[in-house]
Amino acid sequence: MTTIERYAAPKSLDEALGILQQGEVTILAGGTDLMPQTRAGRIAFKPTLMNIRDVAGLSGVVLDGDALRIGALTTITEVLDDPLVKEFVPVLAEACDHFASDQIRNAGTIGGNINNASPAGDTLVPLIVLDAEVELASKPNGSVTTRCMPLAEYFTGPGRTRRAAGELLTAVRIPLPKPGHVARFYKFGTRPALDISTISIGIAGVMRDGALSDTRVAFGAVAPTPVRAKQTEAALEGRRLDQSTIEAAANAARDEVNPIDDVRATAWYRKELIHNMTKRMLDHVAQA
Amino acid sequence: MSLKHDIEFALNGVRKRVAVDVTMTALDMLRDVVGLTGTKYGCGEGECGACTIRVDGQTVNACLMFAVACDGHDIVTIEGLAADPKADALREAFVEHGAVQCGFCTPGMVVQAAHILETNPNADAATIKRGLEGNLCRCTGYKKIVDAVESACCGGR
Ligand SMILES: Cc1cc2nc3c(=O)[nH]c(=O)nc-3n(C[C@H](O)[C@H](O)[C@H](O)COP(=O)(O)OP(=O)(O)OC[C@H]3O[C@@H](n4cnc5c(N)ncnc54)[C@H](O)[C@@H]3O)c2cc1C
Repeated sequence: MTTIERYAAPKSLDEALGILQQGEVTILAGGTDLMPQTRAGRIAFKPTLMNIRDVAGLSGVVLDGDALRIGALTTITEVLDDPLVKEFVPVLAEACDHFASDQIRNAGTIGGNINNASPAGDTLVPLIVLDAEVELASKPNGSVTTRCMPLAEYFTGPGRTRRAAGELLTAVRIPLPKPGHVARFYKFGTRPALDISTISIGIAGVMRDGALSDTRVAFGAVAPTPVRAKQTEAALEGRRLDQSTIEAAANAARDEVNPIDDVRATAWYRKELIHNMTKRMLDHVAQA
Repeated sequence: MSLKHDIEFALNGVRKRVAVDVTMTALDMLRDVVGLTGTKYGCGEGECGACTIRVDGQTVNACLMFAVACDGHDIVTIEGLAADPKADALREAFVEHGAVQCGFCTPGMVVQAAHILETNPNADAATIKRGLEGNLCRCTGYKKIVDAVESACCGGR
């Protein structure tokens, strides 16, 4: 049953943070997750429904020091088409290109994708291997404060994050990649459009003298949250990216994931996909 | 009683003021409150595209949008396109190529196709197919639809 007592559509961040401070709030951005989830009864509305879509200054991509800052309300289409994203972190654009349909990409925001906290959220895996941080704002004592947290530590379960009730996710910050940085994303679905990932893989690192360093590997849809694959990273870090390293890393990947059976695939199949596609992606990195 | 909220927006270029339940979809608002039934309810979960409308020039699924979020924005539906001379070539191409059978997907298809051609006036068949990924048709097998959109591209070629 709907128990909404108040609807608010703030125009400024200050106003939005003030409303978050006053009580329990359901945040609405593009609505592409919230609408189906509330209709199906999987999520109940809080007493205040706050539409942040018209809050000024929360969308767009800018260079901010040595990071790329993507506002929470930037739509998937805007990320996909952004020249800075294409130049510095094309792997994120690639993930947005495999996302749903044009209509969903036009409505869905990156902040919504992150806060929906689905293990299959398509921007999460590339953002994690790019060492992205989330920026969270709140107004506890009348003045705005911000904190940052690595995205890899943000998720605590399906639909659950470390965001405090009074906080709004305002942006995601991606450090500009170093020279020699490579990053790859792979999404497995049964058709190219409108498909939730069966598994997804992100691999990134700095390639020098045939070896990866600062290696990052992350997997989607194999655990309750998107996960960093520390064993796989260790199997790659600093080693010559030859066939034996690649095979060892692919085996480590298969061993460290612990997926479930569901409508999209069995656990066994997911482990095979993780092994085979990690291997293929590393082969491509080695050959590039 | 659930909470109502007054919203005001441009609908096909005309100012509109309505009161809506805050959890209502933009689709239900258009069909049941305003009475424009050209926009169709297909799946109700963003998979089929029959409810495609334009919001500030971008296409979205009206079934996933909260009606309250229309407040202050510029909404165009198939009824708006029907009155738009710029869409004449597209409508005629759908007729000419037999791109309409049962017709249920057609409003969403035409709205999305108009958006594709506007953002990419030189769209080729691959771009058109990509742009129509979020629109399902159970009758035509898509070929006639893609042909129609392609022929409307650049005023027909
Ligand atoms: C048919 C269909 C296909 C889809 N395909 C894909 C796909 O291929 N890949 C994929 O990853 N996802 C997919 N999705 C899911 C969804 O479209 C995305 O997760 C989208 O990015 C959500 O953004 P939104 O702005 O619509 O979020 P909303 O629905 O508005 O919000 C989602 C959640 O995040 C919270 N929230 C939103 N913004 C903030 C903020 N700034 N701060 C704090 N909390 C916030 C909301 O309270 C809510 O809990 C699909 C959905 C549908 C319906």
